[in-house]
Amino acid sequence: MSEAVREEQGRLVIELGGEIDLDRAPEVRKLLLDCVGRGRDLLVDLSQVTYIDSSGIASLVEALQRADRAGLGLGLVSVSAEALRVFELARLDKVFAIHSDLGSALAAAG
Amino acid sequence: MSTPGAECLIELRFPARPDRMVLVRETVRTAARYCGFDELTTRDIVLAVGEACQNAILHAYDNRNVGQIVLGILRSADSLVLRVTDYGETVDPSKIKPRNLQDLRPGGLGTHFIQELMDSADFGPSPDGMGNVLQMTKKTQKTGKTGKTGKTMKRGMEP
Repeated sequence: MSEAVREEQGRLVIELGGEIDLDRAPEVRKLLLDCVGRGRDLLVDLSQVTYIDSSGIASLVEALQRADRAGLGLGLVSVSAEALRVFELARLDKVFAIHSDLGSALAAAG
Repeated sequence: MSTPGAECLIELRFPARPDRMVLVRETVRTAARYCGFDELTTRDIVLAVGEACQNAILHAYDNRNVGQIVLGILRSADSLVLRVTDYGETVDPSKIKPRNLQDLRPGGLGTHFIQELMDSADFGPSPDGMGNVLQMTKKTQKTGKTGKTGKTMKRGMEP
């Protein structure tokens, strides 16, 4: 389990890792919504996520919707194979902007 | 919802609490590998069971950290069978369905995942008269019958 937030070129980069399940989703949700409240575009790095279920996906969907309403961007970066499988199952891989790495995400956002 | 001829590999009884799910997933992961599933299919099975238990925690027990869940892991001639039993509020199966994926909102994906990932999933009241049972099957891979062939979903639980 790991979380970290840093700034890159004016955007917040949020690193999530480990297993995001019903037990951990509330803290992930709070982190994401707090970050949306900071008023910057967000990039969520999922490269270290080894498991994510519907509760974790729900946290990301809620953050995306809040960001949209606030006029902010929220993209996903370096999505692990485990997480990408779940986004595809939920047909959310076309809803979220998914970037292969941080460099391309920053370039796209810029 | 019995499974004639199925061999019980292991049965877990655990508190219906989110913080126990990491232990449950590890057991399911080990059982799936033991039955010869590859890593990708093992992940799918683990996710489906996680969603089933999550449904029980959230809906049968209202996420109040009360109650018990029993997970039976069985093996039949051609399938892995996973049976999730709770003893909470009985849910009317006729009112249960996965949500429309076009409706973008947080939550509501668990039943959809179970349908997509497993070959069958049957949901109904527990024969004990209290609670619910969700039984899922996944064809074992040595028979070459994995995937969606013959998939059924008689019931589901709105996550």
